[in-house]
Amino acid sequence: MAVMTTRQRTGWVTANFVVLALALIPVLWLLSLSFKTPAAVLDPSLWPAQWTWGNYSGILTSSQFLRPLVNSIGIGLISTIIAVVFASMAAYAVARLRFPGKSVLIGMALLIAMFPLIALVTPMFTIERALGLFNTWFGLIIPYVAFGLPLGIYTLSAFFREIPWELEKAAKMDGATPFQAFMRVIAPLAAPGMVTTAILVFLTCWNDFLLAISFTSTVSSRTAPAAMEYFSGGNVFTVPTGPIAAAAVVITIPIVIFVLFFQRRIVAGLTSGAVKG
Amino acid sequence: MTASTQAPVRAGRGQHAKRTRPQLSEGARAERRLAFLLCAPAVIVMIAVTAYPLCYAIYLSLERYNLELPQDTKFIGFANWAAVLSSPYWWHALLITVIISVFSVGITFVLGMLLAQVLHRIPFSRGATRTVSLIPYGIVTVAAAYSWQYAWTPQQGYLSSMFNNSAPLTNQTEAVVVIIIAEIWKTTPFMGLLLLAGLSLVPEDLLKAAKVDGATAWQRFTRVTLPLMKPAILVALLFRTLDSFRIFDSIFILTSGNNGTGAVSNLGYDNLFNALNLGIGSTIAIFIFICVAIIAVVFILGFGTAAPGTDIEKR
Repeated sequence: MAVMTTRQRTGWVTANFVVLALALIPVLWLLSLSFKTPAAVLDPSLWPAQWTWGNYSGILTSSQFLRPLVNSIGIGLISTIIAVVFASMAAYAVARLRFPGKSVLIGMALLIAMFPLIALVTPMFTIERALGLFNTWFGLIIPYVAFGLPLGIYTLSAFFREIPWELEKAAKMDGATPFQAFMRVIAPLAAPGMVTTAILVFLTCWNDFLLAISFTSTVSSRTAPAAMEYFSGGNVFTVPTGPIAAAAVVITIPIVIFVLFFQRRIVAGLTSGAVKG
Repeated sequence: MTASTQAPVRAGRGQHAKRTRPQLSEGARAERRLAFLLCAPAVIVMIAVTAYPLCYAIYLSLERYNLELPQDTKFIGFANWAAVLSSPYWWHALLITVIISVFSVGITFVLGMLLAQVLHRIPFSRGATRTVSLIPYGIVTVAAAYSWQYAWTPQQGYLSSMFNNSAPLTNQTEAVVVIIIAEIWKTTPFMGLLLLAGLSLVPEDLLKAAKVDGATAWQRFTRVTLPLMKPAILVALLFRTLDSFRIFDSIFILTSGNNGTGAVSNLGYDNLFNALNLGIGSTIAIFIFICVAIIAVVFILGFGTAAPGTDIEKR
């Protein structure tokens, strides 16, 4: 690969450029729309004719968006923490301990990873209304945890298996109980795996739309992706294109930065379960 | 490497435990108790959120239950099932879902393979290209769907203006094409990453040997690379097919399922929140679950996909 002909080089540059353009244009379009004034929105060019921060200042001062943004962050964080704690406990058992029913647990996690969300919506809607969980944070946190668990159990058990057994045995030899061995020896070493899992679970929660629009009815618990549906324009004849685009950018930019910053981790986590098997 | 150092000890313990089944050693019993305790919270949450609602959905599907007429609730056996199976709406939504899944997964696979090849072989700016190509994966589905919707809105969208101010979202076939494009754009990076991981397992020496033996680039790809990547390919295809069969968000934003563009998930949602019919909605939910189960079984038995995580059991 050291020697490259001009033709090869041109080929690679073209391929590179095509990949970058395809990945970026729809995002740049959203960014451009979010900076367009209401008049300029009707101009299809990618470069806004008139620039404005109005769309951003509009949504960031409106409780119709701020409150859902807080909900999204809160629900996402709580779900992620619970899912990672439960998943690392189960993943430790799967990777390290002998017990009957291990394959049942793995099969169940796999089944849930494949579960169609919509099949859950109708019965959960009824159950949540009966239990008073409808339109509360926990009404979303509970299903998010359940759907984060399979991902967590797979990713984390792959990480746990990489940690040398000897360390744990040495800890037990020194008189540590299995629980102490887990907390003091394994958990710190598994921290990178937990971070990876946490990122993947948080992305899933942040991205969810179906459960968020089904199990909420007011801004008190509606998450940001669901809230965009309810934006309104200045009057009934205006489509709130600018504010929606700005909201889409606001909920996207942090995640994109997140993904770019942790890309190595994310790639490792996404492919760990899938390829080794 | 951890398995090999541990194997003899564990095997010995396992045989011992088997021979003296009723009386487990104190250590083995403690291990078992700890394992159950550690798994309990995860198992309880998973059962509470999936198994229980699924059983409840089966029960609801056997009732006539409309939220507008709660006093009219009555056990009606399989009448809802018959109603859904004889409804053209269900079969149409299923057809749309299958079309979207087949085309989006097929094209995503080809593009993902190209992307994986580019990321695997590109001699420069590999990190930057991989980073940028991850953006569609990171973007929130709903945000991406809005981007496509506005791009195809006549008078204001860049794509619409490139195609003579067309309004594809108001036409069934064109709208389905737009939905498929949105799906492909969003999921190609994920496919590319899974395939890239499989591609890196193909030994470079083998490809060189094939080249020396006079195999063309295409022959090397189809005869050496593809067979070696089969496990990675099948897992990637299984995940993507199941994912795209469950499509909901982008259709909800792009067309709201109008003009016969709704997938089965959209049909289920409409039956619950617009028709407020819990009986029919639950029946649709069960049928979607059955379809997903069939896809998984076909992949795992038919194509010999190693179910992800089976390596855990082997150890």
